[in-house]
Amino acid sequence: MFGYLLNRLWQSIVLLVIVSIIGFAVLNLIPGGPLSQFALTPGMTQEAMDRIAEQMGLNRPLPVQYLDWAWRLVQGDWGTSYRDGQPVLNVIGRHVFATLLLMGTSTAISIAIGTWIGIRGATHRYSLFDYTVTVGAMIALSIPTFWFGLVGIYIFSLKLGWLPAGNMYTIGDGSALNYLRHLIMPSVVLSLVNVAIWSRYMRTATLDVINQDFVKTARAKGLTERRVLMKHVVGNALIPMITLAGMQLPGLLGGALVTETVFTWPGMGRLFLDSLGYNDYPVVMGLLMFSAILVLIGNLIADLVVAAVDPRTRLD
Amino acid sequence: MISASANSVAAKTREAVLSVRDLTVSLPAGMERPYAVESISFDLVHGQILCIIGESGSGKSVTANAVMGLLPRAIRVVSGSIRCDGSDLVKASPEALRSLRGRVVSMIFQDPLSALNPLMTVGDQITEVMLAHDEGTAESRRARAIELLKEVGLPDPTLMYHQYPFRLSGGQRQRVMIAMALALEPSILIADEPTTALDVTTQAQILKLIRDIQRRKGMSVMFITHDFGVVAEIADSVIVMEKGHIVEQGSAQQVLKSPSHPYTRRLIAAVPRLTGEDRSLPHADDRETILKVENLTKVYRSGSRFFGTERVVKAVQGVSFDLARGRTLGVVGESGSGKSSLGRLLIKLMNSDGGRILFDGQDIATLTEDAFRPVRPKIQMIFQDPFASLNPRSTIGHILTVGPVSHGVPYEQARKDAQRLLEHVGLDAGAFGRYPHEFSGGQRQRVGIARALMFKPQLLIADEAVSALDVSIQAQILRLLDQIQRETGVSMIFITHDLRVASQICDEIAVMQRGRIVEQGPPSQIFLNPQSDYTRELVAAIPGERPEPGHPA
Repeated sequence: MFGYLLNRLWQSIVLLVIVSIIGFAVLNLIPGGPLSQFALTPGMTQEAMDRIAEQMGLNRPLPVQYLDWAWRLVQGDWGTSYRDGQPVLNVIGRHVFATLLLMGTSTAISIAIGTWIGIRGATHRYSLFDYTVTVGAMIALSIPTFWFGLVGIYIFSLKLGWLPAGNMYTIGDGSALNYLRHLIMPSVVLSLVNVAIWSRYMRTATLDVINQDFVKTARAKGLTERRVLMKHVVGNALIPMITLAGMQLPGLLGGALVTETVFTWPGMGRLFLDSLGYNDYPVVMGLLMFSAILVLIGNLIADLVVAAVDPRTRLD
Repeated sequence: MISASANSVAAKTREAVLSVRDLTVSLPAGMERPYAVESISFDLVHGQILCIIGESGSGKSVTANAVMGLLPRAIRVVSGSIRCDGSDLVKASPEALRSLRGRVVSMIFQDPLSALNPLMTVGDQITEVMLAHDEGTAESRRARAIELLKEVGLPDPTLMYHQYPFRLSGGQRQRVMIAMALALEPSILIADEPTTALDVTTQAQILKLIRDIQRRKGMSVMFITHDFGVVAEIADSVIVMEKGHIVEQGSAQQVLKSPSHPYTRRLIAAVPRLTGEDRSLPHADDRETILKVENLTKVYRSGSRFFGTERVVKAVQGVSFDLARGRTLGVVGESGSGKSSLGRLLIKLMNSDGGRILFDGQDIATLTEDAFRPVRPKIQMIFQDPFASLNPRSTIGHILTVGPVSHGVPYEQARKDAQRLLEHVGLDAGAFGRYPHEFSGGQRQRVGIARALMFKPQLLIADEAVSALDVSIQAQILRLLDQIQRETGVSMIFITHDLRVASQICDEIAVMQRGRIVEQGPPSQIFLNPQSDYTRELVAAIPGERPEPGHPA
């Protein structure tokens, strides 16, 4: 068990190094660079630009800049935002809660509804229900998230006025109810695609299990259909889904980026886009590393959970 | 009507515990026939073992599942009745059927590896039966489960109770299944090919266990099988099914010794006999060696040496044998004996860890892939599963010609060879343009043989080549291989778990156990005068009749 964890940790570190190198290189390949924001300042001379570059350490060779950045990162200094001079970790910290709130709610919705639809679709295969959700899933998968967001805002905010069109809370009103009202639309929109994906996988996983011999054994024992389904079918069908949940995390982060923009949700996704627009490289790199770590942790947790519930993979 | 066999008990117990009358079960539209079984009638007599025997597609499993009310939704009972415990199971409500299952009628299945829930402990799965029928308290259920585990002969029942199925061997899992089926002392046990997936020695133990328990408890058993050897071991009475009809029923004695229906006779004739006779081939003096294996070794390693979790399995240990040109060496053994690993080493699908393989005087064990390539056509393989071993997207013609063409044979010639070989293996030359799914299992295995012969090989390695086939097809393929060997003089290594099959086709038989050859000799020695204890055990475990010693060799 300890050896396994050590191994995984080692792999994760190698992955993070690769991700950071690629991220760093790509950012510096983009024309412009951090200095371009000063270039437009009236009266800016080349000398002044060089001096700024010198101060910021931007005139050094790229590998040196990278190593310097990486060394500070390891020590806990993630750099300073070019935009407002705040430490990067503080900037990210201000936005983490919003994103985790949105992602957590949406994941909970997707898993609960998707699992139910998947199981029902498998046990009632080729029924009206199955066909309806299959078509529904196709529609949800083929229409971009932002379209659902815009239509939602148009109907529920502009026409009906039931829900707020954006932001996480009304300024001056920090009540839970207020947060909840703001949370409903973005999390439902973000869930649409994930319910579709999750229910399709769950349906397949359930169908795989439902035809196995041990399900027949369970029926032959005289168990009620309900117990056969809940204890023998669903238990086994959920195991591949745990791994899938770990793998879906990056997708969720990507989806949050679009959703946060549409609903002006003050999360990491919007911070990423804004920082990119400002050439605020320390924040962009910080966000990149932060989400990479999040994804690795998600996968690790998924693997550990599988090991805990499936005796065949239990590590000893 | 079934006549009670000699060893059945008193006359008052001869009443039927299960009566099937005019049962007809439909198949979904588009299948090869409209009914899975058509107006079949039979009785299961109290305290008897009734064997239902038939080849694949005969409807024997459908019959068993119909009794349990476990037919898939697409397959329905159209007419007839199944009377049991005072009610008609065909008309019974789902809830009434559920309450009978596990309590009055229990069932065990073919594949013990997949018949247990991998996520539940053995104990939980056994107590679940009692829980489902509201029997006892948690404490009494637990005690009963441990008692049952002891009863089916599992070691250390208390430990076994907490074990997960994946830690158990196939035979142990089948014992757990039996324990589960017996939990509520049902009056009827349905066993659907319960020993087919097991090794021959394990099969013998499980058959004995079922027999013992049936006698002790006076249960009635409905035993589904395709193996007449098993029938001879265990049956009181027999039903023979063909394509959904009962063609013959009677006492075991009567059906086995004097079968009246031509199908039964054909089926019994097709059962591979344990001959104990050596093969007679022409050119008996021609003893040129084609393959000489010396001290061949293969070790599998898994896990990590660094973390101290390394596991080492010696799959093949110091195996040596000679094979003469035009002869067949049988390699027999139980699962895990290393026989398949040996086959893969000989065709260099994997590399050995030591020893020599002298093929035609040249050591191929040490050759690199490139150096071995010119030799590869001379050693060909026939695979076990005729369904998985042919690419479903290629025509038969493509499957046959692609190999030789890649070795430089002009396409026109390869095509002519292929058509000639297709006729040779008993298929129409028109098969050339067709796809694998248009053929039956036996026909596909003929294609597999033709494919191997395309290279004009000197050595054929047949890995369980007839194990997936029905007995009547098995007999045809064995005859075909024998005929091909006589005509082409090809040498053969015939890997099988079935000693009866090996006795039919081999000049020499090597018995493998845990990676070693424990005994090697002609069939007359192996079957009539085995030298090692393990061989004796294997031969004794073969179900059905024994060859008579003293038979002319």
